[in-house]
Amino acid sequence: MIVAERKPLGEIAEMIAPYEKVCVIGCRSCVAICLAGGEKEVNMLVSAMGLLNRRTGRTQNLDGLVLERQCEKEWVKEVEDRILESDVILSMSCSLGAQTIGDMYPEKIVVPGLNTAIFGVPEEQGVWSEKCLGCGDCIIHTTGGICPIARCAKSMLNGPCGGSSDGHCEVNLELDCAWYAIHERLKLQGRLELMDMVRPPKEWNTSHSGGRRVIVREEARLTSHQKRATEESQ
Amino acid sequence: MKTGSNLEKVFEAGKFAVTAEIGPPQSANPEPLIHHAKMLNGSADAFNLTDNQTAVVRLSSIASAAIIMKEGIEPVIQMTCRDRNRIALQSDLLGACAIGVKNVLCLTGDHQIFGNEKAAKSVFDFDSVSELYTFNKLRNEGLQPGGNVLEEKPEVYLGCAENPFATPYEFRATRLAKKVNAGADFVQTQAIFDMDMFELWMDEVRSRGLDKKTHILAGLIPMKTAGAARYMKNKVPGMIVPKRIIDRMKNASDAAEEGIKLCVEQIDTLKSMKGVHGVHIMAVKWEEIVPRIAEMAGLLPRPSFD
Ligand code: SF4
Ligand code: SF4
Repeated sequence: MIVAERKPLGEIAEMIAPYEKVCVIGCRSCVAICLAGGEKEVNMLVSAMGLLNRRTGRTQNLDGLVLERQCEKEWVKEVEDRILESDVILSMSCSLGAQTIGDMYPEKIVVPGLNTAIFGVPEEQGVWSEKCLGCGDCIIHTTGGICPIARCAKSMLNGPCGGSSDGHCEVNLELDCAWYAIHERLKLQGRLELMDMVRPPKEWNTSHSGGRRVIVREEARLTSHQKRATEESQ
Repeated sequence: MKTGSNLEKVFEAGKFAVTAEIGPPQSANPEPLIHHAKMLNGSADAFNLTDNQTAVVRLSSIASAAIIMKEGIEPVIQMTCRDRNRIALQSDLLGACAIGVKNVLCLTGDHQIFGNEKAAKSVFDFDSVSELYTFNKLRNEGLQPGGNVLEEKPEVYLGCAENPFATPYEFRATRLAKKVNAGADFVQTQAIFDMDMFELWMDEVRSRGLDKKTHILAGLIPMKTAGAARYMKNKVPGMIVPKRIIDRMKNASDAAEEGIKLCVEQIDTLKSMKGVHGVHIMAVKWEEIVPRIAEMAGLLPRPSFD
């Protein structure tokens, strides 16, 4: 899932300060699960902003709502009226939702209520950790199922650096050293020989280094005929 | 001979080699380098020039090499993967070779979190092994990772670092094997304080025959104070400093003298350790002590090949 964190209230207040009608839009997907921009968080933000405004004598109309998935046009379309009525959209989804609204209504100002941070997983209640950097050429079948690109601070490909201490990462001693973990996992699986091979440089052109990526699945695309039919039905 | 660098000649002649380290200044002033070059000339076979060590911005290692070469000193330039992608690494390798640098030490590099530019974007396009692998292909075949073939192959003697004291310990000889397979002609180890543990690693290294395929320089840090020993034990990840060494430094009436004595004793032990082909003395911020240690350890005069 995509893990995000809410921006500090002061920063949000500053971003929306110039506007009267604020539409606060959350999302029920990843950001709800990581407790950053679901229904509860949207309601909390609306009341916190209301309190803040009351204290400063400011009047601002805050309209809170939550979409199933903010990164999909179909869901956004359903609340088009409320979007068009507002002066600013405060998106409480990950930046993908914020950008979807921005791209659909280019004349509208959209501000991010969250800092979108990682492709991660919930480790325990309240803890999410980064596990993938979307390199576009997954190699974890050779590393015991553990991603060295995301989980090693230096994205090493040939085993732990010289700073691996008691199985912890030199960059943050509270975190596991990814390569220590890979070594242990491969040992458990009886596949330690995977630690021996010299891995040549990774080809990063499948990652963002190769430029912005767009994935096209020809067989899934609509024909121009189908597109027209869908448009007409809407 | 791969390059005929002085360091390579010392190894080829079967002599016990000595390398030391010079930290470039945090300014554009070449004087500290010239000063150290003059002072250290003749006390080691080649001198490492660190590459923005601990991610602190310093005069570049290649420019430093040009400066000390004028003083008649042979450099080993350190090249980390932290700040340069493969384009810059190859370009700097070619540039270094063009100005007469012959020894290059391939390193992944300390993370920028330890330095004075914590907000830097990290590169890590390569790690030290892929850097070695690439430079080795460049010197042998002129072949670049992107498939292009260079008009002329660079001549370079390739080194690497290895830390026998980082976890997982059982992988550390394998890691050296990988670096040797990737092209490392010599290796400088992390500073040794726990000689028994180093011996264990050397056992493993010897049993794999790695000491026959590469030249191992045992790393040493002479300590000036008891605080330095404690600092390395507590603050430097991947460094093991036994309590008896800390106690010895603490109880000494003159800590600096004790540090020198300890370093000389270590060199004596290493001289007779099978498979160890030299020492690498990292006198961090204490460069001037190297000639004295080399003298006391009976390592002077250094062999000369003219
Ligand atoms: S190897 Fe690439 S795709 Fe696979 S988990 Fe790591 S970053 Fe993600
Ligand atoms: S300690 Fe481990 S995880 Fe951290 S940078 Fe080194 S190899 Fe990567």
